[in-house]
This record gives sequence, structure tokens and C-alpha cells, in this order.
Amino acid sequence: MKLEVHGLNAWYGRAHILFDVHMRVARGEVVALLGRNGAGKSTTFASLVGLVPARRGDIVFDGHAVGAMKTHDVVRLGLGYVPEDRRIFTDLTVEENLEVGRQPPREGAPTWTPEMIYELFPNLASMRRRAGGHMSGGEQQMLTIARTLMGNPSLVLLDEPSEGLAPKIVEQMAHALIEMKRQGLTIIISEQNLHFARLISDRAYIIERGRVQFEGTLKELDANPEVRDAYLAV
Amino acid sequence: MDFLFVQFLNGLASASSLFLVASGLSIIFGVTRIVNFAHGAFYMLGAYIAYTLTQHLTGVVGFWTALLLAALIVAALGALIEMTLLRRIYDAPELFQLLATFGLTLMVEDLVVMIWGPMELLGPRAPGLEGAVPVFGQLFPAYDFVLIALGPVVLGGLWLLFKKTRWGVLVRAATQDRTMVSALGVNQSWLFTSVFALGIFLAALGGAVQIPREAVHHMMDLQIIVEVFVVVVIGGLGNVFGAFLAAVIISELNAFGILLFPKISLVLVFLVMAVVLVVRPHGLLGKAESDSRPAIGTAIEPFRRFGTRGRNAMVAVLLGLALVPLFAGNYLMSVGTELLIFALFAASLHLMMGVGGMVSFGHAAYFGLGAYGAGLLVKYLGAPMEAALVAGPVLAVAGAILFGWFCVRLSGVYLAMLTLAFAQIVWSIMFQWYDVTGGDNGILGIWPSRWASDPMVFYYVTLALCAACIYAIRRIVFSPFGYAVRGCRDSVMRAESIGIDRQRIQWLAFTLAGTFAGIAGTLYAYLKGSVFPDVVGIPTSVDGLVMVLLGGLQTVGGPIVGAAAYKALSIWMTSQIDFWKLVLGALIVVLVIAFPEGIAGFWQRRVSPLFRRSETEEEAIP
Repeated sequence: MKLEVHGLNAWYGRAHILFDVHMRVARGEVVALLGRNGAGKSTTFASLVGLVPARRGDIVFDGHAVGAMKTHDVVRLGLGYVPEDRRIFTDLTVEENLEVGRQPPREGAPTWTPEMIYELFPNLASMRRRAGGHMSGGEQQMLTIARTLMGNPSLVLLDEPSEGLAPKIVEQMAHALIEMKRQGLTIIISEQNLHFARLISDRAYIIERGRVQFEGTLKELDANPEVRDAYLAV
Repeated sequence: MDFLFVQFLNGLASASSLFLVASGLSIIFGVTRIVNFAHGAFYMLGAYIAYTLTQHLTGVVGFWTALLLAALIVAALGALIEMTLLRRIYDAPELFQLLATFGLTLMVEDLVVMIWGPMELLGPRAPGLEGAVPVFGQLFPAYDFVLIALGPVVLGGLWLLFKKTRWGVLVRAATQDRTMVSALGVNQSWLFTSVFALGIFLAALGGAVQIPREAVHHMMDLQIIVEVFVVVVIGGLGNVFGAFLAAVIISELNAFGILLFPKISLVLVFLVMAVVLVVRPHGLLGKAESDSRPAIGTAIEPFRRFGTRGRNAMVAVLLGLALVPLFAGNYLMSVGTELLIFALFAASLHLMMGVGGMVSFGHAAYFGLGAYGAGLLVKYLGAPMEAALVAGPVLAVAGAILFGWFCVRLSGVYLAMLTLAFAQIVWSIMFQWYDVTGGDNGILGIWPSRWASDPMVFYYVTLALCAACIYAIRRIVFSPFGYAVRGCRDSVMRAESIGIDRQRIQWLAFTLAGTFAGIAGTLYAYLKGSVFPDVVGIPTSVDGLVMVLLGGLQTVGGPIVGAAAYKALSIWMTSQIDFWKLVLGALIVVLVIAFPEGIAGFWQRRVSPLFRRSETEEEAIP
């Protein structure tokens, strides 16, 4: 297993957000984490990389127990994280944003250079010297993904990458993700609805009120429309 | 004309040191969000260590090696302090780091005296640059040309460092969003330590290069820290170019201000700062702060009203205070009176900071205006105490209305710096306007009326007034107006969107806080029988901050506890211990680490629940 999560709980202050979340992801798999706004998807991702104030549970990544590790140590093991709110560095140029993400090559993970990144996201190639703050939302979203790829991760957590993007950009995004999958990356992608996730995912977890309510293949999900209607935005 | 040009060069030479120190502070603030009060102390250490090293390393090479080595030693010390102390409190509210670094400053001030003695030390001239160069018939020190060049050279070096190295890119990224930087696999701790070390290196170098120009003494730290704050704020926090520009402006102002406006030379710098901040709220080259952290005073728990038990406890405390004169002698009673006065002062500062969310680095302004209000009334009108107690604080009210109007236009650190500027303006007026305020000699003979001249009676007068004011502050906090003030503190946008006029509300809160501080100041003048510019000085403002933070921002009663604890401690220590600053500073540092929520906050969260029956079953949080 690439990633095994067991009994994951998370808190913000006194608010208990995640309740015994579990997840198993195999090497090379693309898994969707589905759920409505506020269901706990982002908190799950943030917990995996240690960005919540308090968490408890077993997280095993590539055989390492990372449940109590500091964020940068987890990330350096090859667990890449792309946050939902496009937190690019607006004062830095595209090139500099990529530089911040750069980490040494890693065994068992594709190695990325800026040139390869620009091939994957041709939009970025034409604006290497542009400040992050002067880019459109879609370009910023691509830059966030590109920046994480520069760390040569073997698994990428993508938090709602299609959120608020124009259909044309979403299409480009999907192409890029399919290419990432083809390179052998393991991907967990969170989405509120099935449309985008369906394009690339093999399996799905549905989370609601901080608990895993469904797990299975997309086919199984399609065979259970009542599950879809109960937990997902239409 | 020739003289003016030399004066201009003089200004540039001073600007270099100022820029070095200021850029260090600016870089540290940018990444770590620490307002490093100890920056002046590191500057001073740089000068002292350079002095010692130049005694042993001589010759051209030796001299410059000594300066560089001094800066490196201090930088290593800074890194050590960052790793052992500051690293523990990065997650605490911003002001706790200010408090910790203030504690450090106190410690360094005494350590320096212990090691090098209290006398001024004259460093050697720079070998080979001892002489003066004629410039338009005027003589100008050759060494100062080196200094003039040093500023731009360092600026260029910093620019290259930040633009062309990976480390620089990481630092700039962390300035904007440090969480994201660590989510990309960068070890924040290491980055913070290196940034801190670089900032301290610059401060210490700024101090070291001063030794051929000025005598080294143990007050250098406070002297420079205020100017450095001003420079950083005028230039824009976190902006190195801004710091350079501002350092030149301030140094030239100092150089020419003394010629053109000798009467207001001290005020001039702060006037310029106030004007800059009002016109450009984020400094000349600064940008709006990205709020990566909750604003100061944002309560994790809202303020709590007293229950029956709390109210009974307060009545008991009040009764206890009323009984103090039965067993206390005159000395203890005057100490008690002072504690009461500072409790009110701290409570008024808390009204502004904890309730209003407006951090003040210059609350002494209103305390001092209240004291001078009484002093001037006595001096010029021969007013009796009863009249002065009422009319004295009016000066503070007027000051708060005027300064508050400017201050509420800003927020965060900039607001804090502007309050500092106003306090320094008041201080400069009191210090420099000799004809009216008596300057350094102060105003003497402010004694209570005959009926209140007995320390016991004056104690009761103070107790009655302070208790009434503190009660009033509590009522304000829990009034609809208090809710509006706290609403503006927690979210300006949400408050404004439900129709609250933020600026008006904050202005009123600012004025009220100033008023209560003024009342405390007036009482203080009568307690001491005199007023000196010291009451408006930075130490008074810092004392207030320490009291509030020590007591805890999160509780309404905290500042009073903090005031009593801190004032009692410092009064006792100054009389009992030779190196009281060292002990007090160390104590502050320990307290900050042990009780990041303050004494009263610690009580409320940890101790008091033990006595209460658990109201709700809460889930355990790891």
C-alpha cells in the first residue's frame, strides 16, 4: 500500500472535525475523495500532512508512520500537497514559485524539471517572469500543482483543483492530471461532485460530517444512486 | 553652503548604521512576524564586543576583522536565542514575542554593565582612516566616507541575496505564507533561525562600525531602537529598500532639523512619521500586511462576566484593600497607592488592546498628559487638588481625541508604531518646551490638599477613584458599545456589514482608554508630588504592555493582576537587587514561556476549572 490511514481524528480548537477516517490507496492509483462543502475533505488532506492543530490516528505512507511528523518532514518523504485556495506566492515570479517547491530527485517518483512542467502546463511557459499575483485564477491553480510537482512527490493530494475554473481550463487540467497518472504518480483528488473526478479516478471515498460513508469503485458508486444523492452535490 | 553639504554628508554617514540595524529588524519581522525589541540590545552588544576585540586585534586588517568578528559572534548568539527561546513562542500571539524580547533587552542592559562597567568606552580610530578630508574647505572624517559607502553596498548585497539565491527566494516566500512554504517541504525552523541570525548580524555590524564615531555605552540600545522602529515603519515593514530610503530621510532630518528647527528637533522625526503613516498607511514602499495569524486580542474564549462567586470575590478583594491601612505603614501604603494607580493604567491599556484590538506602544502619552495636566494647573493656576483631579485628565482626553483620530485609520503593527510616535511627540514637547513644562527639571510641588495629605487618606482617595474607574471599564466591556468594539476587533468587515461605524467606535474606545489612563496619570502626579518627562517615556509604555500581557489579554481582570504583580516585583527588586534588570528580564522571559496565556488566563483555563463543577462534558483534546 502507498498510503494507509486508520482511525484518523482531527480537531480545530474544541471542534471535532474528523471521526475515525480510514483510507487505503495503492501505488499508482487515482482515488477520489468526494463530499459536500464542509464535509471534511480539506481537513483530511491537511491532517495527512500535519497542518491541523490537533490530530490523532495512524497514517502510514510508504512504510513510514507519519502521523506525528512535522509537515516538512512528511512532504520530504514524497507526499505532495496542493491546497484548495491557490496559495501561490503572489510576490514571486512563476519561476521563483517553482523554485520554492523544488526538492531533490526521489527514488520511485517521477523527477520534474521546470522544462517538463512547462510542457505539462503550456500556459505557464509563456509567463515565467510574471509575478504570481498577476495571473488568472486558472493559471494560479496550475502553478500550485506545478509547484508541488517540483518536489518530485510520489503521491499528490489535490484539493478541489477544478473549483471555480472555466470549463476550458478544467479540460486542460484534466489532461495534465491524466499525464501525471501516466507517469506513475499516485493521486488523491477531492471534489464536491463526480464530473471531474470521474475523468481520472479509479475508486472513490465519500466523506460526510467527518466520517467515511462510502468506499468503492466508481462503478459501484454508479450502481448506488441513493448514496450519490445522499452525500454529493448534484 | 559648504557647511550644509558637510552636514548632508554627516547625515548620510549616520544613515548607514541606522539602515543596517533597521534592515535587520525589517527582515526578521517580515519572515518571523516578530517585532524584535531586543534589536537595539544586539546593536549595543555588537559595539561592546567590537570594542573589546579592537583592543586585541590591531592594524588595518585586525580592526576590520574585529568588527566583522564581533557581528558574527553576536549573530551566533542571536541564533542560539532564537533556537532556545523564540522557537517556543512562535505560535503565541504576536505581542508575546515583543514581551520576550523586551525581557532580553533588560537582561542585556545589565549584563553589559556587569561585563564592561557603567562607564562610556572610547573605541580606537580606524587605522589608516584617522584623519579628516577637506570637503569644500570643511574637514570631514575619512572614516565617515567608508560608512557612507557601506549602506549602499549592504543594500546591494541584500538585494542579490534575496533575488539570486534559493535561500532568498525561500525567505521571500515565507514572508508571504510560511505555512505554505513548509507544506512544500522546507524546514521552517532552519529558515527562521538563519533569517534571525542575518538580522542580528546586520544589527551588530551597525553597532560595531559605530565605535570609531561614538563612545560605547549601556544606553545605546534604547537610543537606537526607537529610531529604528521609525525607520522601519516609514520605509514599510519587511521592505529593505524602504528601510534604506527611510534611514536616509531620518538621518538627514536629524542633521538639518537641529539647524533649522532647534526648538522642535526631537519632535520632527515623529511628526514626519505620523504624516507618512497617515498618507501612506503601510509606509513609503510597504504593502498591506497579509494576516497570516489571528489579530491580537482575538479571544479564543470570549470575556466572561462574573458569576455570583466572582462578584463576591471582588467585594472581598475590595474590602481587603480597604483594610490595608490598618496594618500597613506609610511606605507600604504609598506602594499600595502606586499599585492601584498602575492597575488602572493597565486596565485602560487593556480596554484599548484586549477589548479594542488596538495595540498601543505609546500608552504613556495619556498617562503623562494626565500627570502634566495636573502639574500645569498647579504651576500656572495654583489649582487645588480637587479641581486638578477633574481638570487634569482633560489634557489626556484632548490628546486621545487628537491622536486617536489618526490612529484608528491604521491597524496592526502600523497602528502600534503610530501610537509610539505620538507618545514620543508628547515626550519631546515635555522635554524640550522648557519655558512651559520645565523640561528636564519637571514640575514640582504637586501636593494633595491638606485633608488628603495623609498617606492613608490619599490611599483611600486613590482606591475609590481607581475602583470606580475599573468598575466603569468593566461595565463598558459588557455594554452594547463594548460588544461593538469587540466586534470591530474580531472582524472589521463583519462589523461594518451590520452597520457599525468602525472608525467612530474605535475612536471612542481609544478616547475612553486615554481618559482612564489620564486619570491614573493625574493621581500619579499627586502621589509623587512632581512630574518629569519620564512619565511619558517609552519605559512607561512598555511597563503597561508588560502588565497587560503578563496578566493576560484574554481576561478583563488580567491586566489588574499583571499590574499588581509586575509593579510590586519591580519596586521590590529595584530596592533590593543591584542587577534587578537582569533578574526581572529573566523572569519575564520565563513567564512568557511558562504562561503564554498570561497569569489570569492561566488561572481561568487551568486552575479555576478545578474548583468549578464541570458544566459540560467536553471531549478530550490531545
